[in-house]
Amino acid sequence: MKKNLLLLALGLFATCQLSGAGDITGIITLKGTPPAAKEITPIKDDPNCSAMYPGALPKTMFYVLGANGELADVIVSLQGVSGKSTGASAAPVVLDQKGCLYTPQILAVQTGQKIIVKNSDSCIHNVHTSPKENPAANQVQMPGGADLTFTFDKPEPFLKFQCDVHPWMFAWVTVIDHPYFAVSDKDGKFTIKNVPPGKYTLEAAHRKLGTQTAEIEVKDDGAAQNFTFEVK
Amino acid sequence: MNNKYHPALFWFAVLTGITTFLLIGLGGLVTSHEAGMSVPDWPNSYGYNMFLFPIHDWVGGIFYEHTHRLLASFVGLLTTILAVWLCLQDSRKWMHWLGITAFLLVILQGIIGGLRVRWQLNWLGVPHGAVAQTFLVLTCSLALFTSRWWINSAAEKQISVPRGLRRHVLYVTLLIFVQLLIAATMRHQHAGLAITDFPLAYGKIWPVTTPDAIAHYNATRPAETIGQPITAFQVNLQMIHRFVAYTLFLGVAAATLLAWKKLGGRDALTKFAFFWLALLTLQIGLGAWTIWSNKAADITTLHVMVGASALLTGALWCLIAGRRNQLAT
Repeated sequence: MKKNLLLLALGLFATCQLSGAGDITGIITLKGTPPAAKEITPIKDDPNCSAMYPGALPKTMFYVLGANGELADVIVSLQGVSGKSTGASAAPVVLDQKGCLYTPQILAVQTGQKIIVKNSDSCIHNVHTSPKENPAANQVQMPGGADLTFTFDKPEPFLKFQCDVHPWMFAWVTVIDHPYFAVSDKDGKFTIKNVPPGKYTLEAAHRKLGTQTAEIEVKDDGAAQNFTFEVK
Repeated sequence: MNNKYHPALFWFAVLTGITTFLLIGLGGLVTSHEAGMSVPDWPNSYGYNMFLFPIHDWVGGIFYEHTHRLLASFVGLLTTILAVWLCLQDSRKWMHWLGITAFLLVILQGIIGGLRVRWQLNWLGVPHGAVAQTFLVLTCSLALFTSRWWINSAAEKQISVPRGLRRHVLYVTLLIFVQLLIAATMRHQHAGLAITDFPLAYGKIWPVTTPDAIAHYNATRPAETIGQPITAFQVNLQMIHRFVAYTLFLGVAAATLLAWKKLGGRDALTKFAFFWLALLTLQIGLGAWTIWSNKAADITTLHVMVGASALLTGALWCLIAGRRNQLAT
């Protein structure tokens, strides 16, 4: 009986917590014309990688845009919140090496959250991280080799993953010490879920375009905030 | 003490110097292709003994880094043989010490290179480059000191070289070394081109380096520039590199003019100075081409090799002039 009461109390508590949290949604757009994406021509010089592209070569993905200027790959996160990471228990994030490219090239994780790096290619890669706040690593990953696992304990924006065997291969991982962040999708949309009500500073960061901030108030039904970046 | 000319020893020292020069070129290719970390382990390569690493895996960045390691091992072997040979056959005590210094320097260089990989420290690339240039000058000096000219020069009448001219060339040579350190610092930032136009810099004689301006440069850099964002420090460093280059060109032009006036056009050192000036002219052209080609790996590497040649030419000029003066007085 006591056990049932305890479970009921916990359930009520969890429900109250959820009902007291809202989502932050928005759309990121880009004004102006960014430098055009270019074919990654060095791929032609590598027999293993070029064999995967019998047709057109892949292009750089510095600015991923929708039809109406919607901007992907923007990290949107709450500022001034710290020490609330649930990374240790969060589901791992997968970073794959496929077609001699990293997929995805921009991602965000919590401190302590596992990043599983896979090698889906039939060639050698090395996985080389160049952090500014966290320890660096450089590991071998043979074709068909075991997955590698990385975690980072300190927050850091756009931490670089690269393969030096194929020097066009980059991924950028933003590490945040709380779960209130999102990466804008190909339609420029983002949703940060279950944010407790309150006033916050919301930051949108794009690797090439810099950062923008906005002051927002999250209520029980959430909040909406759009950002517009500009290429001058 | 009189010393005998040993052709085999001389040509072996020449071989060591040439191989060292090629090794600097290959090291330049490693950095130009951003391949320095493509073999994560050292002294092994992907878990293999370095000399047994399968050739079919020498692909992409691995090709440059692994062949650099193999050629470096070969230079290490040549230097060891040269040091032992000098100790056994050369009667000059100071040459024994120079041979031993070269041996220790090549070991130090290998360790710095290995630690740069193991410890993943970009800045270690700067001393690695500096020791490489110093080692090149040392091995080529050993070739000069074992040459027929050096050994037989005591028996011939030598024309002295004015002190002012010798000092001028020495200072310019030291400034070239400083310039190579600046260049090594630029290259080991691994940020691509900090300034993408030449002869102006972002359309100005000295570019704006406010945070807004730097953010704008980063947002509008060419799409193929894939690396870290640039910083104001990197922009200023490239500007210093440019202005030191102009200073060096004027310095070498002045040295050539002085040599021509003081020694005459037929003197070997005047001809050597003209060669030096030609190298500097070529070097400034290659510097411009490096920017216009958006740091194409082959052009950038040629720029590194001609820079090493300019340092070597100045250093050998100083040594030859010093020798002539020593014997003339």
